[in-house]
Amino acid sequence: MLCHKCDRKAVIVLQHSGLCDAHFLAYFEEKVEKTINKFRLIDRADSLCVAASGGKDSLTVLYLTKKYLLRYQLPCTLFALSVDEGIKNYRKSTLRDLKTFCTKHEIDLHIISSKEEFGYTLDQAAPKIKKLQQKKACNICGVWRRFLLNKYAKKYGATKVITGHNLDDEAQVVLMNMFKANTTLMAHLGPQSGVEEHEQFASRVKPLYFCTEKETRLYALLKKFDVSFTECPNAQEGLRAYVRDMLNDVEARYPGTKQGIINSFLNVMPLIKEREMKKPQQLNMCLVCGEPTNNDVCNACKIKEALDGMSRGAKKVEVSPKKTSLKPKRVLIITKTKSEKKKTNNEKKKNIK
Amino acid sequence: MVTVHFEKNNTTRNVNSSAKTLALLLKELGLNPETIIVTRNNEVITEDEKISADDTLEILSVISGG
Repeated sequence: MLCHKCDRKAVIVLQHSGLCDAHFLAYFEEKVEKTINKFRLIDRADSLCVAASGGKDSLTVLYLTKKYLLRYQLPCTLFALSVDEGIKNYRKSTLRDLKTFCTKHEIDLHIISSKEEFGYTLDQAAPKIKKLQQKKACNICGVWRRFLLNKYAKKYGATKVITGHNLDDEAQVVLMNMFKANTTLMAHLGPQSGVEEHEQFASRVKPLYFCTEKETRLYALLKKFDVSFTECPNAQEGLRAYVRDMLNDVEARYPGTKQGIINSFLNVMPLIKEREMKKPQQLNMCLVCGEPTNNDVCNACKIKEALDGMSRGAKKVEVSPKKTSLKPKRVLIITKTKSEKKKTNNEKKKNIK
Repeated sequence: MVTVHFEKNNTTRNVNSSAKTLALLLKELGLNPETIIVTRNNEVITEDEKISADDTLEILSVISGG
């Protein structure tokens, strides 16, 4: 197939027409620029933090954000923030790619270590939490990453956190939330995450919102970004993988399906956000670390306390407020798992006999 | 025999195929074009591209690994 804009060979077929490498790169960059402009993702007063892992999405969004700032001569500061969770045979190689990229493009990079922040690498934490709460490594990773990105983006003065979420990611989450009837989580989606702005949260924006995963990979490939394909050893084949595969099957048969899901979602998104804003919401400061949470203690601290409790061999974990006391000293009770409860019941029965 | 290298698991397969186009070869291999990018001699090719027996293809995975 030939490019529909010139007579060179196409590198991708979009809907019914092809684009050559040069015209595809221009198309992709224009799409990202239009997304930023249409949804006002970047303001000239912003300090921008790009959440980067070293994969194709984050390197692409990092590169294009810098290009956007230069094109519009915006005085925004820009830096990359990465979390080293401590995953053996995985994170080191992606961080190496990220460091090389940031050095080449003269972008400041901050790397936050889970080990230094929480005292545990993900590899150390995951088997313990799995034993205690039947939670998967991805559950801990997600909580810790969100916590660290928000905390350090604020610490380094960012007004916005830019993420590399693409159209596939968003379409998958829209469907997953529909499957689970979770309109509350759905209200947090969109090119700019969250229901309303809050000083405790750095606003999250997604310039690659309308770029498919395939387009992003092709862009990174044609731009010769050094991205090595390494699979996280914890990558799970849960609902997301199922929805991803299903969507790709439908897309192959009916091109434009993913875009259709996003367009439909964007049509109803204002209504969903409006409804969520009417709900009474209370934001607390975590009694342990002082970061924002819906509860008294944030999930990141709960995980850490559970791990510390296991290390001490205790089920009761004492939590001491760091800041001037909002509430009295608290004791967190780690709930017993189903298997633990069953074991206790069996022991009780034995004793009765 | 078409030689196919898979980036994802770093393996190479010699495929005995009579497929005339990349689209047909991918169908034989059970690969969804949405999830991959194919290169030949370091050039990205589209599904309508003709395939010959002495071709060496590289299958790049689109889906992130984690």
